Amino acid sequence: MERMTFDLASSSLTEMNTFLHKGLEEGDKRHISVLNPDGAHNIAVGLNHPVTVEIHGHAGYYAGGMNKHARVVIHGSAGTGVAENMMSGSVHVKGFASNGAGATAHGGLLVIDGDAGLRCGISLKGGDIVVGGSVGSFSGFMAQAGHMVICGDAGDALGDSLYEAVIYLRGNVKSLGADAQFEDMTDADYATLAELLSKAGMDHDPKSFKRIASARTLYHWNADANQEY
Amino acid sequence: MDIKPVSFKRVSREESASFDRSTIDYIQNAAAHGLYEIRGMGAKRKLPHFDDLLFLAGSLSRYPLEGYREKCVTKTILGTRFAKKPIELDIPITIAGMSFGALSANVKESLGRAATAMGTTTTTGDGGMTPEERNSSKTLVYQCLPSRYGFNPDDVRRADAIEVVIGQGAKPGGGGMLLGQKVNPRVAKMRTLPQGVDQRSACRHPDWTGPDDLAIKIQELRELTDWEKPIYVKVGATRTFNDVKLAVHAGADVVVVDGMQGGTAATQTCYIEHIGIPTLAAVRQAVDALEDLNMKGQVQLIVSGGIRSGADVAKALAMGADAVAIGQGILFALGCNSETYIQDGKHISAIEGYDALGTQPGFCHHCHTGKCPVGVTTQDSVLEQRLQPDVGARRVKNYLKTLNMELTTIARACGKQNVHHLEREDLVALTLEAAAMARIPLAGTSWIPGHNGY
Ligand SMILES: Cc1cc2nc3c(=O)[nH]c(=O)nc-3n(C[C@H](O)[C@H](O)[C@H](O)COP(=O)(O)O)c2cc1C
Ligand code: SF4
Repeated sequence: MERMTFDLASSSLTEMNTFLHKGLEEGDKRHISVLNPDGAHNIAVGLNHPVTVEIHGHAGYYAGGMNKHARVVIHGSAGTGVAENMMSGSVHVKGFASNGAGATAHGGLLVIDGDAGLRCGISLKGGDIVVGGSVGSFSGFMAQAGHMVICGDAGDALGDSLYEAVIYLRGNVKSLGADAQFEDMTDADYATLAELLSKAGMDHDPKSFKRIASARTLYHWNADANQEY
Repeated sequence: MDIKPVSFKRVSREESASFDRSTIDYIQNAAAHGLYEIRGMGAKRKLPHFDDLLFLAGSLSRYPLEGYREKCVTKTILGTRFAKKPIELDIPITIAGMSFGALSANVKESLGRAATAMGTTTTTGDGGMTPEERNSSKTLVYQCLPSRYGFNPDDVRRADAIEVVIGQGAKPGGGGMLLGQKVNPRVAKMRTLPQGVDQRSACRHPDWTGPDDLAIKIQELRELTDWEKPIYVKVGATRTFNDVKLAVHAGADVVVVDGMQGGTAATQTCYIEHIGIPTLAAVRQAVDALEDLNMKGQVQLIVSGGIRSGADVAKALAMGADAVAIGQGILFALGCNSETYIQDGKHISAIEGYDALGTQPGFCHHCHTGKCPVGVTTQDSVLEQRLQPDVGARRVKNYLKTLNMELTTIARACGKQNVHHLEREDLVALTLEAAAMARIPLAGTSWIPGHNGY
C-alpha cells in the first residue's frame, strides 16, 4: 500500500487538504501520516476517498469534518466538532474530544477512547458514536437518527429533545433532557450495541447498558392547539 | 323600575386604539387555544422603509443619462475577498434562500430557471439542496444552517457559494419551523425526520458558538472547498453594526443583512412583529460597519427584507449595498395572493382555497399550513401542481427584468453609468424617522436628526 507523510511543521495545511481532495484517484486507499499537527484546525476535512489518515498528535477544531469514506485516526486529543457532519468512514480519537464531537454526523463511526465534552452527538443524523469515557452535558441534543454509546457517565440534559436516535449508557446520568426517557433493552438493542462495541474495540458487556430514547411528546408540540374552550 | 342603559352615540362605536378588533381577536384566540399564532410572510405593521426616501436626479447641477440609449452597467461581483471563484451576477438582484419543504420542487425549478435566464443566483434553504434547483440554477448558493438538515459535503462541492445562516430578519434568534402537514415523505427523508412531525430546528449552530468559533468554521468550509467558493454570512437585523463587524472579522466574503420585514415560511407572529430592526436602519448600520473597518468594496453587502421594486433596489444600492435578495416579492411574482392560478394558459379561481384557510387574496399569510391555494408554499401533491414550472419561471424572470429596468432607469436619471455608482448623496428622506435611521437629510433641508448635535 502506498504511504506518504505530511509534516505540518514544514508544509501548509491547505496544501495537504487540497492534495487529499484533488490529488487522489477515485478509490485511492493509500495511507497518509500527518506529523506535527500541533492542534491545527481543520485537518483532513472533506475527505472523499477510502484513504487512511493518521494524525500523530493533537488536532484542533473539526478534524475529519464531513468525512466520506476515509478512516481517520487521531493519536492524541481532538478539539471541537471532531468528525462533524461525517457521512461515512470512521474517525477514531485515541485521546479526549472537546465539544460537539460527531455533531450532525449522517453516517460513519466516531470512536473516542477518552471522554467527550459538551454536546457530543448533537443533532446526530444517522452516524454512530462510541465514547469510551464520559460525555458532558447536552449530549445527544435533538439527535435525529443513529446511535450513541457512552461507556462512562453523562452530564445534564442527556438526549434533550431527542428524535429517533438511540443512546446506550453504561454509567450514570446527572439528568435526562426534555422528552428523553429510559426504555427496556430489546434483543435488537443488544445486537446493535454488541456490534458497535466490537467495532470500537471496547470490551464491555452489553447487558451493563441502559437504553435512552425519545418519549415523542414533543413531536406535535402544537397538540394543545386542538383544545378549544 | 326599568333602568335604560344610557347610550352615548359617539362612543358606543368607538374602537379602542390599544384594544382594537385585531387585539381582541388575538386575546380571544390565545384564550381559546393556549398557543401562540404561527404564520408565514413578514411584518405587517407599518415601518420606516425605502418608501421614505427619494432620489435627487440629474438637473442643472448634475447630468442625467439618456434613458434607453446610454449604457448603464449592472454587473455585480460577490466574494472578491478570499474566494478564488467569486460569483459574477448580471444584475444585483438575487433570489433569497427559501427552503425546499417550505416551497415545492416545482417552485424551486422555476426559481432556478428564472435566475439563470437573468444571470443571477438562487439559494437553497433549510432542508438541503434538491436536484431540481441544482440542475436548473447556473449559480446556486448553498445554505449552512443551524439545523444542518440534509447538509452534506457533496452538495458543498456542488455549490457555487456557501451561506452560513446565523439568523433571518423575520425571526432573529429563532430557529426554523416546518409544521407536520408539510413534512411529506420526501421532505422527511431529506431532513432525516419521521414523516408528519412538527419539525423544530435549532436556533444555534451545533458545532460552534461565538464569533471566534465562526472564524474556524468558515476556515473549515474554505479548506473543504479549496478556497474556491465565496462564503457568505447571513444575519437577521438586530445589533447590525456589531454583527456585521464580527462577521467580517470571522472572515466572511459577503455579509447578508436581512431586515425585520423579511419573509418566512413559518414562525411565531410575536417574532415577526416584535424582533429586529427595519431594513432601512440595518442597511445604514451595515454600511457603517464596513466603512469603519475599511472593508467597503472588499466585503460585499447583500440586503434583504421588504425589497419589492426597482426603486427599492436602487435605494438599497445608493445606501451602500452591493446587491439585494428577494423572498416575498418572488412569491408574489409566482402568484402568491393572486385570485387565480394558471394551468396550461388558463386562469383558474383559487378563491375556494383561500376560503378554506379563512382568508382572501391580498391578505394571505398561510404558508405555514402547507395548503397554499396557488401551489407555491406546499408539499401537497395536488396543490403543488397549481404552479407549473414554465409559468413560474416566466413570471419570476419578468419580475426580475422589470426590477432591473427600473433600477437602471433611476440610475440613469441620477447620471450614473453603473448602478453601483448610486450614492447616499443621491437620496433625501421624507420623514424624520427615515432621516434619523438612514442618516440622510430630510428633503429640502440639511437636517439629519441626531447628527452634528441636533
Ligand atoms: C417561504 C420562505 C422561506 C424561507 N426560507 C428560508 C430559509 O430556509 N433560510 C433562510 O435563511 N431564509 C429563509 N427565508 C428568508 C429569506 O431568505 C429572506 O431573508 C427574506 O425572504 C427576505 O425578505 P423579503 O421576503 O421581504 O424579500 C424564507 C423566506 C420565505 C418567504
Ligand atoms: S398564497 Fe400561498 S404563498 Fe402566498 S401567503 Fe398564501 S399560502 Fe403563502
